[in-house]
Amino acid sequence: MESLWPSIEPLLDGVSKPARYIGGEQGATVPIHRDGLVAWLLVYPDTYEIGLPNQGLQILYELLNEREDALAERSYAPWVDMESAMRRAGIPLFSVENHFSAATFDVLAFNLSAELVYTNVLNLIDLAGVPVRGAQRTAAHPLVLAGGHCTFNPEPLADFVDAFVLGDGEEVVGEINEVLGGWLATERQLRDRAALLEGLASIEGVYVPSLYRVDYDGPVMTGIRPTTPRAPTQVVKRTISDLAQWPYPKRQLVPLTEVVHDRLNVEVFRGCTRGCRFCQAGMITRPVRERPESQVRSMIRAGLERTGYDEVALTSLSTADFSSIEDTVRAVVGGECGDQPVSVSLPSLRVDAFTVATATQIAHARRTGLTFAPEGGTWRMRRVINKLITEEDLYSAVDAAFSNGWRRVKLYFLIGLPTERDEDVLGIAELGRRCVEIGRGHVRGPTVVASVGGFVPKPQTPFQWFGQDTAGELRRKVNLLKDVCRGVRGLSLRWHDPEASVVEGLASRGDRRMGAVIERVWRAGGTFQEWSECFDLSLWEEALAAEGLSLETVAHRDRDADEVFPWDHLSAGLHRDFLWSDWQDALSAVAVEDCRWTPCYDCGACTDAGLEHVVASGVAPAGGSQGTGQDLSVGDRVPVRFVTTAGAR
Amino acid sequence: MADRLRVRFAKVGKIRFTSHRDVARMWERALRRSGLPVARSQGFNPRPLVAFGLALPTGCESRAEYLDVTLASREGPATTQPWGDSYPDLGSLAAALSDFLPEGVDVVALAGLASDAGSLQQEVSSCSWELEVLGVTASELVRRVEHLLDAPSVSVQRERKGRQFDDDLRPSVRSLALIEPPEGVATSGSSSSWLRTELATRPRGVRPRELVEVLGTDLVLARARRTQQWIERDGDRWEPLSVDDFGRTIIAPHAMERAS
Repeated sequence: MESLWPSIEPLLDGVSKPARYIGGEQGATVPIHRDGLVAWLLVYPDTYEIGLPNQGLQILYELLNEREDALAERSYAPWVDMESAMRRAGIPLFSVENHFSAATFDVLAFNLSAELVYTNVLNLIDLAGVPVRGAQRTAAHPLVLAGGHCTFNPEPLADFVDAFVLGDGEEVVGEINEVLGGWLATERQLRDRAALLEGLASIEGVYVPSLYRVDYDGPVMTGIRPTTPRAPTQVVKRTISDLAQWPYPKRQLVPLTEVVHDRLNVEVFRGCTRGCRFCQAGMITRPVRERPESQVRSMIRAGLERTGYDEVALTSLSTADFSSIEDTVRAVVGGECGDQPVSVSLPSLRVDAFTVATATQIAHARRTGLTFAPEGGTWRMRRVINKLITEEDLYSAVDAAFSNGWRRVKLYFLIGLPTERDEDVLGIAELGRRCVEIGRGHVRGPTVVASVGGFVPKPQTPFQWFGQDTAGELRRKVNLLKDVCRGVRGLSLRWHDPEASVVEGLASRGDRRMGAVIERVWRAGGTFQEWSECFDLSLWEEALAAEGLSLETVAHRDRDADEVFPWDHLSAGLHRDFLWSDWQDALSAVAVEDCRWTPCYDCGACTDAGLEHVVASGVAPAGGSQGTGQDLSVGDRVPVRFVTTAGAR
Repeated sequence: MADRLRVRFAKVGKIRFTSHRDVARMWERALRRSGLPVARSQGFNPRPLVAFGLALPTGCESRAEYLDVTLASREGPATTQPWGDSYPDLGSLAAALSDFLPEGVDVVALAGLASDAGSLQQEVSSCSWELEVLGVTASELVRRVEHLLDAPSVSVQRERKGRQFDDDLRPSVRSLALIEPPEGVATSGSSSSWLRTELATRPRGVRPRELVEVLGTDLVLARARRTQQWIERDGDRWEPLSVDDFGRTIIAPHAMERAS
């Protein structure tokens, strides 16, 4: 195999951020390719600076390179300038370690973290010199795999990806490698791709879409079922029961150039049981599995020493809920994990004063901004989405933040939520205004940023039945907010492109027919659709029209109780009747508690898999109504006992 | 005892595509891993006190990059080196730092610096470069070089703060000549020529790419390598930290003298 570096190097003087393409990160493995090793190319279908920190990809990279029968390299989507330079020069997609051509690998394994990258997946398969449609590939082509959160409805990519992996990858990656290794050991002329795919389908958690037939009745999908007994009627996600057995990454990659999350990242738990109904990640990663505190500490200590980073992030879906959070933070700040100053970041703050106290303890540097996510503008709205933050929680958190020296508070909200009324939308501005007032009591010129995103209903959540707001309706709601926020000094409003939210909705809940739409958009040049400078709604509208599909049926239509979903044959462990009853509760603004500390609702995630929540401590973390005792009160008014008005004008 | 260290390092190979800021981050991490007691700035966001010299354009190589590191004063008698027993001498400190840096970035010299030594940014007045150029024959390139050197002024268009400026490049080109390909360097083909040039850094630095552009838009700059930075005073000139032999760690006697 020949390195493409000599032909890549001359291109790099003419492209933006050329360090994206050179590899050489600390912690990288430059493997030697030889017969008997299954060669994996792990591909992140977005830019290097977005993809490099991805923990899932780094974990699989290490696990595969540790095996004696596998090797792994990495590749990222070249930015548009580099892609056109490569296509002009006839250079295919390449790995960043050996700079080998992608097509020389046995597997192209994609990480799917977001739906708007789907056109990039097609582009990268094509740039690798591999036919984009699975049906056109032969035994001489690499196998195309995909994993990540989007695989809980992979149907839009079913025509392009040979097999999808559902759930945690740590164990299943080895099982796939063994099947592949066996297949590659047979003589080249005798290799049968169909046999390989059937072999993969027999692995738990692996979904091979070409072995399933979809039935339609006009525009309506009526069912999906396997065409061979080797494929299961339902594919259930993989779950690792004990995070302690997987202390990865052990050698986190330290990039040579600037990337997002450029710091040591240590995963403290997986899963979340807060039960926020809009949150796909929280639903599909259950149950909660905490890492033992001692292991968290030793991973931090070893990681800081090895990398030289001065910041560590404790990652999870809700890090303030880690039952050993206080001890861990105290240990790091107290110098037990290294003798140089370290700052700790909690990527997801819970909204209460207790959490701010923790944040204050750790952020002796960079006290610039704190971010909270109340998500809904009124208590009624927050009960609908089960994000149980009272105004008291929010105001005391914001008060604690400003009184501890922070000058900027950022609040995340969703609009376009089920049952939303204009008063719920306007509630966002009211919360923001009150927060600015609180800030004036402590600092000069406090800033509150309200960041508003259009809600996208996701598969395998209680909101999978909900008809998404149209772009026009989302824009109307943004305009409502713009009007009222304009008059409030210190409050600024930011919003996501409503049209991008609608396209994300298409890709999230579309069925297999969406594949042709994605292919059309890609062929028309629509790559990097998650980047506002590249996003183009008209490409999607034209492609939908050409395929006889509409935004209305895929995105904006409310689903009935008996709707057949394109993901009905794929299980994240959640019972459909649990999701339906949670949806009904949402519609009547009835909240549910965090099941880590209360009786089980039998959602299915633990019971069917024979698992339990694994917590490092038997006591729930203290603080706020989101701590031990959640406020489930029904009724539109919640008594607010604490509002700081000192200094308000 | 010196409270500052001056380090000279090389940046060669694939890593040349990283930016000046990227290199600064590599150094911050390497210094932390080395355990050197680096002083930190005051305030809400303390940063290690490290000063880099002139930025090296992304894509260029160098055998003469510099940084000055301010060391934290230690408690107790100042009889030992501030880095304690971890590094018995500057040579092993230099080797250890190279180990903590990515491939392609290597310490080539290191010395203590007197507290009254000027900053790299203030003191350096010119840089020497070796440039590999493709596109025309050597004899044609010689003709263009002579033409440029004979010209009383060479105008270039530059943008600063959104406005167009017309700058004269000529006074900044101290020397320019064709040379034999440097030893141990893989050339980009038989049609390549090598130039050596010294470019002033004041009033504004000249980028190698700008120089090649004024030699002809049909030329391609295949490789640029900074070989020296120069400090000039009273008709004398010297390097911030000289190195006799690329790759061998030495402590520049000149700098030691100034540091004593």
